[in-house]
Amino acid sequence: MNRLLPLLASSAALLLGACTNDAPIPASHAASLSDTGGSRKGDFGPPQGEPIKAVLTSPPNVPPATNRNYPAKVVVELEVTEVDMEIAEGVTYTFWTFGGTVPGSFIRVRQGDTVEFRLKNHPSSKMPHNIDLHGVTGPGGGAASSFTAPGHQTQFTFKALNQGLYVYHCATAPVGMHVANGMYGLILVEPPEGLPPVDHEFYVMQGDFYTVGKYREKGHQAFDMQKAIDENASYVLFNGSETALTGPRALKAKVNQSVRMFIGNGGPNLVSSFHVIGEIFDKVQYEGGTRFQENVQTTLIPAGGAVTVEFHTEVPGNYVLVDHSIFRAFNKGALAILEVSGEERQEIYSGKQLDEMYIGDKLASLAPVAEAAKASTTGTLTKAQQMQAGAVLFKGTCSTCHQDTGQGLPNVFPPLAKSDYLLSDKNRAIAVVLNGLSGPVTVNGAQYNSVMPPMSQLNDDEVANILTYALNSWGNSDGTVTADEVAKVRATTKRAEGAAH
Amino acid sequence: MKKLMRHRRYLAALALMLVSLGHAESPDTPAAPAIPGGSFESVLPPAPSVKNVRIQPFRLDRTPVTNEQFATFLRTHPQWRRDRVAKVFADEQYLSHWQAPLDPGQENLRRPVVHVSWFAATAYCEAQGARLPRWHEWEYVAAASDRQRDARNDPAWRQQILSWYSRSGRGPLPAVGGTTANAFGIQDLHGVIWEWVEDAGGMLVSSDNREQSSADVMRFCGEGALTMEQKENYATLMRIAMLSSMKARYTSATMGFRCASDVRTGS
Repeated sequence: MNRLLPLLASSAALLLGACTNDAPIPASHAASLSDTGGSRKGDFGPPQGEPIKAVLTSPPNVPPATNRNYPAKVVVELEVTEVDMEIAEGVTYTFWTFGGTVPGSFIRVRQGDTVEFRLKNHPSSKMPHNIDLHGVTGPGGGAASSFTAPGHQTQFTFKALNQGLYVYHCATAPVGMHVANGMYGLILVEPPEGLPPVDHEFYVMQGDFYTVGKYREKGHQAFDMQKAIDENASYVLFNGSETALTGPRALKAKVNQSVRMFIGNGGPNLVSSFHVIGEIFDKVQYEGGTRFQENVQTTLIPAGGAVTVEFHTEVPGNYVLVDHSIFRAFNKGALAILEVSGEERQEIYSGKQLDEMYIGDKLASLAPVAEAAKASTTGTLTKAQQMQAGAVLFKGTCSTCHQDTGQGLPNVFPPLAKSDYLLSDKNRAIAVVLNGLSGPVTVNGAQYNSVMPPMSQLNDDEVANILTYALNSWGNSDGTVTADEVAKVRATTKRAEGAAH
Repeated sequence: MKKLMRHRRYLAALALMLVSLGHAESPDTPAAPAIPGGSFESVLPPAPSVKNVRIQPFRLDRTPVTNEQFATFLRTHPQWRRDRVAKVFADEQYLSHWQAPLDPGQENLRRPVVHVSWFAATAYCEAQGARLPRWHEWEYVAAASDRQRDARNDPAWRQQILSWYSRSGRGPLPAVGGTTANAFGIQDLHGVIWEWVEDAGGMLVSSDNREQSSADVMRFCGEGALTMEQKENYATLMRIAMLSSMKARYTSATMGFRCASDVRTGS
């Protein structure tokens, strides 16, 4: 070792700010607010009892409450692994993880606990890693003390002086890349009296991801440093995958339950405008702090910050968690589902009560529809009346997609004019109008794969008139459809649940 | 013409085989090409006021040392066998991927040796009358693409290097010599393994590299050692982070080495 040249080295350019800043509170404020005392009142003395091994959970699960009224020594063992996982359907990515998941394992301790933190870096890791916990009082939040080579482990101990919900993350150079690869999670430091019990606690964390390929481009995707520097995210995700909290993996609750969500934002770049569609947060503890705001629609979560939200479920259905920077939700994956099951509560939310045509001051043009409806009740409806009513209804209901010419749009919406699909099966045509159609179909030899919503707002007469119009326009000549035929098809098929126009 | 090319390729393959068999040299593909000296702007300047590093001419192994070569070394230097090595010189994982103390296993022969400590790597190179390359030498040669000696500002080249980190380390390592030679005629500097350098132990990179101007950093590093101009040089930065996380007795599944030697002036 005598030949070692001391290299003067620092990678000081990649710095984040220091994490702890214990600025004194002005006396006037201290007097008017009953504060919890922060770190100055967070030391409850030496740990008592036997050391406790912390229960760590994978997202979206949260460990049970500590249920303790004394400070303990808590041992946390967290393993770092670099693993290939799905970031979206058919797209894999090499995530760097705390505990094998993105976000990393949830850690739960009590204020005043002495936490012995052991970081293990799996032998298959290519990279050294460390951890900076925002809940640590001390330089670097533990980063320097936990710097760990592949196949090694390190240990440091801290006292959790401040209660709150804190982000932890890797702080090894290049910090941005480690965070962008999923190296973040949450640690909850419970107040000494614990948190009020709720029916459900969930753990969700947002992160932005940067891949060489475009959003949803199939195959294994590499990290794109330039996109990360440009803050041009390919994905914005909850819990590290587009399907982490959707479909069979959706969060689940019942009506009349209390829900608490610990929401973090790992970044590395984007702040989150966190919102749950169809719910109002009864309580929000901004940035994971002590005080709460009530009746909040959307709450900001900084990168490297967290929030605790609570709400009560009243109405069954799907509630969608989004980043309300809304293109991220619908074009980059920032969507998660909370499924609430139970009895309908129509006095609180009715569901759709009305859905009919509204064409402003063009009411006059609806005259043929009214005339046909009247003729139908008296049994004097002619094909010409049907055609006239159908033309009006078609214009208001169908022409946006299928076009006034019945030609559809190439590759998107199939044609009705001389359409083999339409003309070959009348009952199928009725069923499609009633129930909608999605998935691949072949029309006149061309493939289409889009979604037609069910036209549930149309009554039997109207469907009959529209179809009669379609079957006898643009070169089609194929008989009529009656309201009775529509009624028969309606009776034998059940439209998809949740379908609406 | 085609025939000639094929002939060349055959020669190159033959030369590679010779290299693997016994460090035999061929004029086309020397086992340790001579690297011309030069002036070089390192991400780790030697002092705050000094921007450039002068690199003296030296020789560098064309490819990393293989398991087979390391096994040959162990036969004459049994004190470095995994069952005999002193614990202060290597951790418990030292050569743990081998089948037996002298047997890397057939599939490992042509792969770069990993799970070697800095001490063992140093001893190997000494036994060849060589030494480990110094960081600045390694960085100087590793800055080259197949066309340019300093390709560090080429975004495509940078992304290509970073792609290695976008794969997990669980698959088997490739055989040495699989990547295109760079402008210095050196292979496998990126995309295969990390490599020990002689002065790794002196890399006083703070283990929390976000610290700015604390007393320690000032003492060891002066100011702004990693210049703003090179902040996007993540590939190099990751090498430094890896090296600074390793103690000299540590081993890892992706850390290997190659040897270097001085070029005697006047010969």
